Order: sequence, then C-alpha cells, then structure tokens
Amino acid sequence: MPIIKDHKTDGLPFSDSPKLKARNVNVFYGEKQAIYDVSLDIGANEVIALIGPSGCGKSTFLRCLNRMNDTIEICRVDGQILLDDDDIYGSKVDVVPLRARVGMVFQKPNPFPKSIFDNVAYGPRIHGLVEHRDELHEIVENSLKRAGLWNEVKDRLHAPGTGLSGGQQQRLCIARTIAVDPEVILMDEPCSALDPIATAKIEELIDELRENYTIAIVTHSMQQAARVSQRTAYFHMGQLIEVNPTDLVFTTPQHSLTEAYITGRFG
Amino acid sequence: MEMNFSQHISGQFNTDLEAIRSHMMAMGGLVERQVANAIEAITSGDTSPADEIIRREDDVDRMEVAIDRECTQILVRRQPAASDLRMVLAVSRVVRDLERIGDEAQKIAFHALEIGGSANSGFCQQAIRYMGAEVCKMISGALDAFARHDVDGAIDVVRHDKLVDQQYSAALRELITYMMEDPRSIGQAINILWILRAIERIGDHARNISEQVIYVVSGADVRHSSLTEMEERAHPDNAAED
Repeated sequence: MPIIKDHKTDGLPFSDSPKLKARNVNVFYGEKQAIYDVSLDIGANEVIALIGPSGCGKSTFLRCLNRMNDTIEICRVDGQILLDDDDIYGSKVDVVPLRARVGMVFQKPNPFPKSIFDNVAYGPRIHGLVEHRDELHEIVENSLKRAGLWNEVKDRLHAPGTGLSGGQQQRLCIARTIAVDPEVILMDEPCSALDPIATAKIEELIDELRENYTIAIVTHSMQQAARVSQRTAYFHMGQLIEVNPTDLVFTTPQHSLTEAYITGRFG
Repeated sequence: MEMNFSQHISGQFNTDLEAIRSHMMAMGGLVERQVANAIEAITSGDTSPADEIIRREDDVDRMEVAIDRECTQILVRRQPAASDLRMVLAVSRVVRDLERIGDEAQKIAFHALEIGGSANSGFCQQAIRYMGAEVCKMISGALDAFARHDVDGAIDVVRHDKLVDQQYSAALRELITYMMEDPRSIGQAINILWILRAIERIGDHARNISEQVIYVVSGADVRHSSLTEMEERAHPDNAAED
C-alpha cells in the first residue's frame, strides 16, 4: 500500500516540451511494490534532479527510463514510458539502441579495462556508427572534449582508463556515454564517489551538456540538486510527492514531506 | 501523516536555530524599551532616561553583529533549506531593522537633550504621544507575530503603519502652520520635526519586521507590496497542506 492514499503529485510534473514521458508507472520487485503510479515528464534540454531518502524509489525510477531494470529478473514495470512518443517498453523495442539513445552514468566510475581511447571508441564501434578510422578519432576527440577531459588525456590516449583519477574516470565514463550521441543521459549519483573539486567539474559539465542533451540525475546531495537542476522531483516511499522548479523546492516547498526532508527532519 | 517533523535529525541544529530566534527576541525587547524610554524623555520633559538610551545603543549594535554572526555560522555549517533557510534570512534582516530602530531611538534621545525640559510645552505633543505609543505597540506586535508565526498579527502591524503615516502627515501640516505664524518658532519646530520623522521611521521598520513574518510562514516576499497584495500573498489558496 502506498503511504499516502490517492496522492496526486504536487507542483508541475509535466513539461511543455517533453523528451521523456512517464505515465502511471508502477514497479514491483517480486511481490514488493517499489514505485506507485508515478507520472512525470522530463523536458528537452532540461536537467531534472530526483531526490529523496534511501529506498524512496528514485534510482529504481531512473533505471526504468532506459530499461536497466530489465536486467533484474524479479523486476516488473507497468505503465507507460515514452521517448519522443515511442513506447520504450513496446514489444518491438531493442534495448541496445535504446540504451544508446538513453545513456547512463553510474555512481562509481566504471571504465572498461582498456585504453582511454578504446573506452570512448567502444560504443561507436559496437553500434556501427563509424566507417573510417579517422571518423572514430574525431568522435573520441569530440567526446573527450565535451566531457572536459581532452586536455588532460590527449597525450596518453593509449594508457589504461583505470589509471586515471576518480574524477577523470567519471568524466571518461561521461565521454563514453556521449560518444554514441545519446539524446538523454541518466546519472545515478555521479559524484558520490568523488572529491569536491572533481564534483565541481562534473557539475559544471552537466550544465554544459544541457545544451545538447536531456539529463535526469539522482543525487543524495541537496546542494547538488539545487546547483545543477532546473526542476526537482521529490520521491518518498515509492511515491512522487512533488515536482517543482528547483529554486522553489529549496526555498518554499509545496508539500510538508518535501519540506521535512530537505530541512533534515528525516532522511 | 503521523510522523513528527518538528525536530531536526541534528539536535545541535535545533539548538542553533532556537538560539538565533531567542537572541533576536531579547534584542527586540531591548530596542522596544529604548523606544519607550525615548518617547517618555520627550513627552515628560524629564531628560534623565536620554543618557541611558545613548549608552545602551552600543549594546543594540553589539547584539546585531553577534546575531548576524550566528546566522552566518548556521548558513556555513548547515546549508539550511526551505523554512529553516527563510528563518535564518529573516532573523538576519530583522536584527538589521531592530538596530535601525535603536538608532532612531537614540536620535530621539539626542533631541530630547537638545530641547531639554521645554519639549513638554512644545508643539505636536499629542501627535508625539500618540505616534510613540503606536510604534511601541507595533514593535511588540511584530515580534509577537514572529514568535507565534502569526501572519494576521503581522498584517495588523502593517495596517497600523498606515495610521502612523497619516498621523505623521497631519503633524507636519500642524508644524508648518506654527512656523508660518511665528518664524521664531522654526528652530524648535525643526527639532520636533526630526523627532516625528524618527518615530515615523520606527513604524516603517516595524512594518519591515512584519513582512519577514509573512516570509517565514508562507514563503511570500511581500516587501514593497501594498496591504491588499500582502493579504492575498500571505494567504494563498494553495497553501501547503498535507
């Protein structure tokens, strides 16, 4: 049972120019329901932050958006998720190209045990995006530049990716994600394993990436949500409690649960 | 919801927030007394409280700086959000207004000394007495409203500020008449003018404090808005409810 009966999300869960539309999404792990009837738009070129206490369903919801939950056998998703009006759970959908369109960056940087170059080139290669070697070089260079890593690694592209610092590894993972030219980037606590300087660099990068991509970020840091996002969605026990412009959420939240969470009264 | 959200997970955070509130109230109490004594010094002709007011003005200044420092520390250590953030910002703004009220009380005290015992036979005594009592009530009303999160009480203070402004205009007209009739009275009239002006300013600061009450409670920033706008924005229909 949801903790609040017949809850209707407060605020503005819908967007005028949606890139992703989730409608009445319910997620179950076996018998246990993890998400209750969540409807939310993610607008084009918007950064939306998903916040809430541990176990509130924010990561589960994020993982629905590129069908990462398919990898968990007991997980069942119902409802509708549309990417540019195409149902991503449609029967004919192949998840491999889907995950190229909706890329993901994880909590812990996870470069492949390959060179920096090959990490970034991996996606374009397997998705058959390139015909010539020169083209591949261009994609790798551009992706590393967009991820703000090029100047730090251009002289050692063939060194192992795992030899980079944590912050650099995370930017390498972002470069790997954008190398396949996604439309949406999902980030699941991308800075939780990083120091403040590396975090600041990633946050700056998120702001730059917004020009070309739509971004949904799960974060435990409320200051981070306040810094990087335009809208903030607050999840609580599997329900989407409130979605509002970020500046409003952190000064005058609409729902008392949002208020209690962001002021540190539980969590 | 049955959960209790009145307390933070961090007990120290509760203590710190409580401290700035209670220190602000203590400062408010002192400032209120300063104003009452200043009015008394003018209207009674007994200038003995004036020296005390001038001496205590330093205490008011010190309190402002100390409370503001506490607010800064909370911002740095806790990065407060939502109602906590509004509380810290409001306290920081309110102590500034309190400090300015203290300045005005001190100005009145200086004028009291300057005109000495002659004040009680001077002009506009009625207006000074009435406006003085009114602004004292406004200060305590605004602080009460802050303590009780009482939006209606705060709006009431703003309403009273309008009355004080009207009284002020009427008193000015009265003074001008005196000055026109007898140019020898201009020197004393100007002193009275400064006093009236100081009292009127105190009313404005009490109004500012009330606006912060509305900000803390409802999140609406009602500075520079009319009374009607203020009433609408302080009680929005879509107020946060469970």
